[in-house]
Parts: sequence; structure tokens; C-alpha cells
Amino acid sequence: MKKKLTFAAALLAASVLSGVANAKTLVYCSEASPANFDPGTTTGGNDFDASSRTVYSRLVEFKHGGTEIEPGLADKWEISDDGLVYTFHLHPGVKFQTTDYFKPTRDLNADDVVFSFDRQFNKENPWNGEKYLPNLTWDYYTGMDMPKYVAKWEKVDDLTVKLTLTEPNAPMLANLGMDFASIVSKEYADQLAKDGKMADFSTKPIGTGPFQFVDYQLDSVIRYAANPDYFKGKEKIDDLVFAITPDATARIQKVLAGECDVAPYPNPADIGTIKANQDVTLLDQAGLNIGYMSYNTTIPPLDKPEVRHALNQAIDREALIKSLFQDAGATAAQNLIPPTMWSWNKDVKFDSYDPEAAKKVLADAGLKEIQLWASDRVRPYNPNFQRAAELIQADWAKVGVKAEIVNYEWTKYREEGKKKERPGAFQIGWTGDNGDPDNFFATLFACSAIGVSNYSSWCDKDFEDLIQKAKKTSDLAERTKLYEQAQVVFQKQAPAFLLAHSQVYAVVRKNVSGFMMDPLGIHRFDGTDKAE
Amino acid sequence: MLRYLLNKIALLIPTLVGITICAFAFVRLLPGDPILAMAGEHGVTPARYEELKEQFGYNLPIWQQYARYVGEVATGDFGVSISSKRPVIEEFKTLFPATLELSFFAMIFAMVLGIPAGIFAAVKRGSWFDQSLMGTALVGYSMPIFWWGLLLIIFFSGYLGWTPVSGRMGLQFFFKPITGFMTIDSILYGKWDAFRSALSHLVLPAIVLGTIPLAVIARQTRSAMLEVLGEDYVRTARAKGLSSARVIGVHALRNALIPVVTTIGLQVGTLLAGAILTETIFAWPGIGKWMVDSIFKRDYVVVQSGLLLIALIVMAVNLIVDVLYAVINPRIRAA
Repeated sequence: MKKKLTFAAALLAASVLSGVANAKTLVYCSEASPANFDPGTTTGGNDFDASSRTVYSRLVEFKHGGTEIEPGLADKWEISDDGLVYTFHLHPGVKFQTTDYFKPTRDLNADDVVFSFDRQFNKENPWNGEKYLPNLTWDYYTGMDMPKYVAKWEKVDDLTVKLTLTEPNAPMLANLGMDFASIVSKEYADQLAKDGKMADFSTKPIGTGPFQFVDYQLDSVIRYAANPDYFKGKEKIDDLVFAITPDATARIQKVLAGECDVAPYPNPADIGTIKANQDVTLLDQAGLNIGYMSYNTTIPPLDKPEVRHALNQAIDREALIKSLFQDAGATAAQNLIPPTMWSWNKDVKFDSYDPEAAKKVLADAGLKEIQLWASDRVRPYNPNFQRAAELIQADWAKVGVKAEIVNYEWTKYREEGKKKERPGAFQIGWTGDNGDPDNFFATLFACSAIGVSNYSSWCDKDFEDLIQKAKKTSDLAERTKLYEQAQVVFQKQAPAFLLAHSQVYAVVRKNVSGFMMDPLGIHRFDGTDKAE
Repeated sequence: MLRYLLNKIALLIPTLVGITICAFAFVRLLPGDPILAMAGEHGVTPARYEELKEQFGYNLPIWQQYARYVGEVATGDFGVSISSKRPVIEEFKTLFPATLELSFFAMIFAMVLGIPAGIFAAVKRGSWFDQSLMGTALVGYSMPIFWWGLLLIIFFSGYLGWTPVSGRMGLQFFFKPITGFMTIDSILYGKWDAFRSALSHLVLPAIVLGTIPLAVIARQTRSAMLEVLGEDYVRTARAKGLSSARVIGVHALRNALIPVVTTIGLQVGTLLAGAILTETIFAWPGIGKWMVDSIFKRDYVVVQSGLLLIALIVMAVNLIVDVLYAVINPRIRAA
């Protein structure tokens, strides 16, 4: 108690000294240091928490706590009938942050938007390469196939931007809500280029987001202040502090001791302690991920859906999940996409455990031996491939199928696994990028993904037609229907055994309100408040 | 003396070459292709893969890669971090003071407790104190740092609330570093509450990091002291009727400390190795945590150069210890 009083007194003294009375400070114990503060150049969730979700905004945003798209810097947009031209209307009067290292002289305009994307692909742009930072790879821009789909970005007038695509691509809108699509200030970039300090662009960020950057002590503390000019209104908390705390147990102890207000990713072993504590709340949600096991659907007898169903039915999935995820828990998957994603079909149910029925089908099909693949890596969607393989092996043995476990190191594993001729069942999974169902269905099971990330080598005409149509349709209701149907086809054809969506956790002190778990795995603090 | 010094320095050259080979080989022996690892779940197209390979110089024959690396290091170019894009040496300079500060306090803790405990155990040889001290030292020496650190956090910070859980200073204190040592900077700024906060944050990590050196120093002091106490000149001193305190404190201790100084110097390697775990548990922004982060991020440039820089420091400290040893013990110089 005494310690708390001293701490409160020190806080009070600090705020009086800095001239801010009763400044509200929220401390977030983040899990790792950000690589830098330019979200176009980084890939980690912790990088994005520290840059794009605090300092920056995008044309469109994900609804807080969901995967639906809502207006961001663009108040509204039109999509041409052929799905090729997107016209964005920018919110007028949006101010870039004023800090001790940059004072904007103009509001956000179309030049900033065009610059934000141009720098990521245009080799002529001085910000694209070495002049700015060494070894730039723009991983997300290329990873999301933007170079393939984007024909050009154009300024129509100060508040209107036009994006032309090479072919219709409905998930484009979700891509524009992603971190790499954060809008940066061209005026600031020009100023730094003039001063010969281009690298500062990645260490002293300027955006239009809810918080502005104050200071970063390498690997230790990041400080932000509420952006007084934020176009959606100033935040309720005045100061936001990221205390970088890599060890999960230390992180939780810090929340329990009141040294921080919010912390992500507790250890499964600490879940019990957290639940028992009166001062904190444990938030959880099914993560935007899926663990699954792909059958090679081109090699008999696995080419028959009934054989694949029988293999699924032979696995005691509930016991398997319990053994793998233990206290951390996981949601048994009914569909390829998690229930937090739009278009999740609640009527589809995954194969239930029925070894007797399975045994008969497998005997009739003459399936006696099968390869079962496992790797050494811990993944969020499957903490232990080897253990999973052993349990599945035991279940299959009970129905007369002898599984031989095949092991490879992780990168080699995926190399071998994606080959068309790879036999048997291959354990793998996926963590979503942009909350669009296309990012699961097309990435993992489109015909064009065979040999890349379609580990089942599965090319089903009905499924393919549905997902390709959904990709080209911009009407959300229509897309939702198409994906719901695609899930029915998927369940019928069973190209894979679906394991689970792992649970994601965060620990929050009771006096914090408005903080939400986010299905995209990001931690954002707009709308968060703290009672004294 | 000069010849002795030159001899020692000449011996460092093969060590140095060995270290560059180790650091270079180590990151290439780690499982997995660094480029595929960097690309993450998405994977890369074959064309992009070749492009990246060339960008990072992985397309060259291995000996050329090594020659290029040694050439760069020799000119003081330690490369640029793959993830943060900052020069490795700059990050190192920013973070090293934190490790140095922590190691300094860990060493103070180890010496202040270890030397007197060792002396006392030697003087009271065979007593229950000696026996239990040596038992405890063995436990301390075998203590897994990770477990020990978490145990202290849970008990002292979580249960008793006496010390902060982790970090380097209370978050309410905020100033631009001058020396990078928080205990010194806070005094330079005249912020005494910040100084107290910095000290309180040092307590647990210094204890954790200092535990193994403490055990080693206590044992070394005890055995050196036992040896010296049996020498003729000590008996002579006693026979002259000097007080026991004077015999032990002046005549015996001065000579017993010579091997202890060497031991302390050699503990620098232990401290830096221990810092990797200690800093990770206590969110201490030093080079140990930096190395761990970089391994998880597959930032091979940082891992490779970081290993080399740490090895250079250990070598430098060992050289200084050798020189100091020669200074306090003239017999060594002739040998």
C-alpha cells in the first residue's frame, strides 16, 4: 500500500512539474521491441501495435474488435461497376501531428495517400530503397500481392484519390485497412529528404492517428501523448506508455502489481492465477488462425471424400485439443475461418468422432498405411506438431490404419509439404492477415495455390467458382452468401482435418475500460479509458 | 613487462580469428534458410528469393562471404540490423551501458558478500558456518538463472511488493540519457527520486546475475585464504603477537586476494552470459536481451556481430586482468 502511495505521489509530482494536472497515463506491457516505427517496412504484430495502431490511420479501418471495414481517413468511397476503379473521398481538415521535430503547414491531402503507396513499389521513388533504409523488402506490400493487383494510384483533387486495379479484387478494401497501408505525411518526408535525415522517418513517426510519438528508449520504454488534433476526437487517456517486457511471467506480475494496466499473451500456466485475482480481468477470444491437416486429395484412396471424412471421424478431436493446448484452450474449428470473421457459417458442423463408422469405410477403401507429417516448430495454431501426430497415430491405429510419422525441420518441412506429389496427411495452419475470408479460402485452397500453399492439392470446381466469384464481387452481403456456401462445399469435400482456432488472451486491470481484444491480433488503445 | 604484454596480445590474434569463424559459422549452422525464415508464413516467389539472396550476399561462395565479413568487421563496419535497419554498432552503444551498469552492481553484490563470507569460512574452517556456506555456494553455483529470477520476482515483487517487477526505472521518470547509466544520469540531473527508483530496479536483477559469481568468489576466497593461513609468514605474524584481526586482515588477506582478482576478472564472461537470461526476465534493455530478441527475429546480422562484440569485450577484460595480475604479482612477469 505504501509503495502504491509513493508511486502515486511521484506520478502526481511528475504531472505537476510537467504542467499537466491529473494526466491520465495508461501503461501497456508490450511483448517485444518494435523493429522501427514505419509500418510499411515491418511485419511483426508488436511493430504494428507501436506504430500503425497508435500513430497512424488508414483510408479504411477495421471495426474495433471485428474484421468489418469502416471509414477511416476516407469518409466514403465508390467502386466502379466493373470492380476496377476505387474512388476515395478524404475526410476534410485532417491534421498531421505537431511534435518537437515536425510542424505541419498543411492538412492531409491526396498527395500523402499517393506517396504512402508509391514509396512501397515505385523503384524511382527515393523512399523505396537504400537512400531511405538499407535492405528494404516491403514484405507486406508484396506479400499481399499488391504489385499484381494495383495498376495505379492517382490524385483527382486534394480530397479525392483514385485507385485503379488490373483485375477485380474485393479483398483490396480489407488490404487497405492493414498496417502497411498506413498513410504517412509527404510534407514530413520532403522535409527530412531536404535536411538529409531520411532515416528519421522510421524512428520519429508522424501520422494522423490517435496518439503521437514522444520518445523511445531503445528496448525499454515507448512514450506517446494523445493527439490533440485527432480527427475522430482527442483520446480520454493523456499519455500512453509501452513498457517492453518480453518475459510472460514478469509481464503478468507487472499487471498484478499495478505497474502496468494491460498486458498481452500470458503463459498458459498463469491463467489460473489471473482468473483468481480480483484486480484484473482476463480477456480471451478465438484468434484469427486455424490449425489443420491437409490430405493430398489427388492420391488414391485419399481422393475419395468419404475416406477423408472417415479419417476425420477416427480422430478424437476433443481429447487432441485438450492435450495440445491444455490450460490455454482453443476453439474446436467447425469451418476453415474462425467464428470472429464475417461470413462464418454457423450451420456447418465438422465431422464428429465416430471410430466405428470410420473403421468400416476405411476397411472398404483398403487404406492400411498413411504418412503423417510433423515439424519441430511451435505455432500459435498448433503448439506441438509431434505430439499431435502421435495422438492422431494412436487414434488411427484403432481403426486399422498404420500411420508413419514424417519429420522435417520447419522451412524444409513446408518446402517438401507443398509439393504436389507429397503423400498422406500434412499438419499445417494459418494466421490471417486482413480479416477477409479470401485470405483464408483463396490463399489456402484455391486451385492456383496448388504447389504454393494449397497443401491438399485440392481443386474443386464448385468451391473454386464460389471463392473466385466472391473475390470479384464488391457487395458485402453477396460475398457473405458466397463464402457461406463455400464452407458447405468444404465440409462436404473434407480436403483437410480441421483442428482448432487457438485462444488469444490479454490481462487488463479492472479500472481500465474500453480495451477490446482484436481478432486481427493487434492491440489498440483508441477508445480506452482508465478510472483513477 | 612490455614483453609480457605483447606476448599476451599476440596470443589474442588466433582467438580473434577463431571467434570470427565461430560467429560466422554459427548463424549459418542454425536450422533453416535465413531468407525463407525472414519471409515468414507467406513464403516468397522463386524470383523474389533470388533477389533477396543477392541483396544479402548469400549468393556468393561461402569463403567470399567470410572474406567480405572479415573485411567489413576489420574496418569497424558491423553491419545493419535486418529488422530495425539501424547500424548494429549504434544499437550496441545505446544498450551496452545498461548491461555494464547491471553487471557492475551484480559484481559489487558478489564481492561485498562473497569475500567476507569466504574469509570467515576459512577462519572458522570446519564449523557449521563453513559447512553451510559451502553448501549454499554450491546451490548458488548450480542455480538456473531463469528459475531463480522468476522466483524472486514472484516473492519479492508479487507477494511482498518490496521491489519493482522489471524495467530500469519508474515510468514516471523520463530524461534523455547522458552517460547511459541511469544511476549516474539521475544524479547528474539532480533527480534523487529517480536515482532511488533506478537503485530499487537494480536490486533483484543484480542479485540474480550476481549469484553465480558470488558462489565462485566465496569458494575461491575460502580456499586461497586457507592456503595462505598455513604459510610460515602468517605463523610468524601470529608469533609476533599481532592481533588475529591484523594477521587475517593485513598479512593473509592481501596475499589471498591475488587469485581472487583473477577469478573476478574471469567472471565477466559468466556475467555477460548470465545477462542474456537476466535481462530477458527483468526487461532490462541491455545487450543480452537484444541478442535474444534478435535470435527470435532471425536477425542474423545482429546475432553475428553481437557475438563478436561480446567476445571482444570478454577478451579485452581478460587482457586487463592478466595485466593487473602481473602488476600485483611480480613473479608472473618473469614467467
